[in-house]
Amino acid sequence: MSNLYLVSFGEIALKGENRPFFERILIQRIKQALSNFENVSIRKTHGRIYCFADGPKEEVIGRLKKVFGIVSISPAYPCELDMDSIKAAALSAIKEMDYNGKTFKVETRRPNKSFPLKSPDVSREVGAHILKNLKGIKVDVHHPDIEVNVEIREKGFVYYERMPGPGGLPLGCNGKAVLLLSGGIDSPVAGYMIMKRGVEIEPVYFHSFPFTSDRAKEKVIDLCRVLAAYSGGMRLHVVNFTDVLKQLGTKGTDELLTILMRRMMVRISQEIAARVGAKALVTGESIGQVASQTMEALNATNEVAKIPIFRPVIGFDKVEIMDMAKKIGTYDISIEPYADCCTVFVPEHPLTRPEIDAVHEAEEKFDIEELTKTGLEDVEVIEVV
Amino acid sequence: MDNSATTRVSDRAARTVYEVMTEQYGNPSSLHGKGIEAGKLMRKARETIAQALRVKPAEVYFTSGGTESNNLAIKGAAYSMQKMGKHLITTTIEHPSVLDTFKQLEKEGFIATYLGVNKEGFIDVEELQKALRPDTILVSIMYVNNEVGSIQPVEEAAAHINRNRKTLFHVDAVQAFGKIPLVPGLKGIDMLSISGHKIYGPKGIGALFVRENVRLYPLLNGGGQEKGIRSGTENLPGIAGFGVAVEDAMNNLFEWQKAMEELKKRLCNRILQEIPDTVLNGPREDYSRTLGKTSIKSDREGSGVSLNVNAAAPHILNISFLGVKGEILLHALEAHGIYVSTGSACSSHKSGKSHVLSAMEKNTEEIDGAIRFSLSPFLSIDDIDYTVEILKKEVAEIRKYVRR
Repeated sequence: MSNLYLVSFGEIALKGENRPFFERILIQRIKQALSNFENVSIRKTHGRIYCFADGPKEEVIGRLKKVFGIVSISPAYPCELDMDSIKAAALSAIKEMDYNGKTFKVETRRPNKSFPLKSPDVSREVGAHILKNLKGIKVDVHHPDIEVNVEIREKGFVYYERMPGPGGLPLGCNGKAVLLLSGGIDSPVAGYMIMKRGVEIEPVYFHSFPFTSDRAKEKVIDLCRVLAAYSGGMRLHVVNFTDVLKQLGTKGTDELLTILMRRMMVRISQEIAARVGAKALVTGESIGQVASQTMEALNATNEVAKIPIFRPVIGFDKVEIMDMAKKIGTYDISIEPYADCCTVFVPEHPLTRPEIDAVHEAEEKFDIEELTKTGLEDVEVIEVV
Repeated sequence: MDNSATTRVSDRAARTVYEVMTEQYGNPSSLHGKGIEAGKLMRKARETIAQALRVKPAEVYFTSGGTESNNLAIKGAAYSMQKMGKHLITTTIEHPSVLDTFKQLEKEGFIATYLGVNKEGFIDVEELQKALRPDTILVSIMYVNNEVGSIQPVEEAAAHINRNRKTLFHVDAVQAFGKIPLVPGLKGIDMLSISGHKIYGPKGIGALFVRENVRLYPLLNGGGQEKGIRSGTENLPGIAGFGVAVEDAMNNLFEWQKAMEELKKRLCNRILQEIPDTVLNGPREDYSRTLGKTSIKSDREGSGVSLNVNAAAPHILNISFLGVKGEILLHALEAHGIYVSTGSACSSHKSGKSHVLSAMEKNTEEIDGAIRFSLSPFLSIDDIDYTVEILKKEVAEIRKYVRR
């Protein structure tokens, strides 16, 4: 028999008229996440989703934990709507746990008012049944170690463990954005955060072989793979940035190089955004972190953007970003030591407060439109799953 | 041109490995016929290697490679000799499998002296002599440095060390074996590490020569294989493949050495003469002592810098391209099918700086721009010329963009 998981979703229940839309997307995402398992069926009732699926519980739960929009996941035991079935299900549920020496309480919810017993009565009877049949477990209604939940709906369910889901909104309900992905710690976190708000992403990586090694590119693909586990797959755009860099690097614009480079990245990224129907850019910039992330530098970068640039980690400390990266599983990949082009092409003394006029003047030496085209000439698209 | 990192397994060795895996796959410890057959193969390989080193077969112990051989020799000797003294000597330019083992032993209470090197990458035997103490139990010196190719004065070192009766002498010969003739009979050497995959043999196999009166404390315990010094079922396919590779290396030693010397000389001279701001890292002066009568005199004609091949291994050439980051040049060459190593890892990671070049007191620019070419006799003059042409183009290109 398939195992049952009760999935609750928080915020999207609040979305009024749009709720069916959000729920439909969430169900699609759950189906996609569980596509590797047999006998998957998904049903939705008021405020809950019931997922049936074969396969090891940890694996199924692991998948569900990566579906944005899910607030909690509880493995559940279905039963008939009579007290004997409910008691039996409650007992087998708690037996799966390490209950010896622990305390418990039974909590009943009864949205189905046609059931003859009231919630407190159900709790009491189920509790008594557990006490009668198991040794080494005691009741504590205030601070129980184990909370046995009984739900009486059109059927009965028992569950005891609520595992937190990632929260947020189901992916795809808020359109699409292009993520400027480097090999560093910040940009994958930024990608995760924007995905969590329901935004699909297509990352862009600026590759500049031989100034960066192909290992740096492999590293970015690995990062995408981690993010793709939350989305079921994504398209990575690898821009061959070498010629653009070389041109920028030859015309004596040393201390402005980083800014010029970033402005080119924004220009190229927004062309790609237009091609793929994305409505915004996302970066891992955090204010003040490096020279190119001062207010002035951000302004200079922002100036060339025709669509919004979202910076989800703008107000985070490095340590906070690192913690988040560890949580989502990108940290260990990000700290592999393959330099990206920024670290090779950093000017000795980058301007921290670039004058916008100086930036404009520096760009006059270039045919910017032509340079953007150069960057778009050779873009490799990699499907990452 | 990265043959000091590893080599392509020769067809003959690969075929041998395959045959042993699929046909003579017995466990040498088994009593039945399959086991005996396996035992014979192992004996044959051991004899080949012993012959190559001109030592007794019983003195050859198979390991998983150079790293294990170095660990076994150093820790094995240190632990078994610690009652006689706690002082150890090595050099600052050893492979990490030696240096890190020494560091570990220092943490355990041993005392280590690290011999420095001169600008060409040679230790000073007098310095070694001064460092020797009554309680020195082990000296470990590499035969050929893996980054710059300097051949250390192993024979002279042995003469000094042997005056100290209880001091053992270990030589890491991973980059020397099969490339240059070793001291005949390994005179004065107590232990010597060699590896299979540097000489067109398989990876995961190596050996340690241990002179018969030397007792080592084993690092791996178990079934008592290799006379209890190195337990674990023997890697028979590797051993057989290694044996074949050693056979080939010995049959062709002088021919290969000569071929590589020619290639190296051409590569070195052309780079130094035709590409501006290049610096040779490694032996340059006349150290006539090293190879004795087997050495091939270098051709000292021609203009510009002459390369002395007597004190330099024939297969390793290290050159700095000033103003170029080695890693970038490495990737640029890779795009043309030329594979090399950097003397150091990416310059943005300080810890990645080459400890060998640092020990030779090279400056930051030289260290950052260092490239190691390691040759094989199977390259042609055309390959060398192609490399030089590509180098000229790519070095000039990179110099345009990278800040000086």
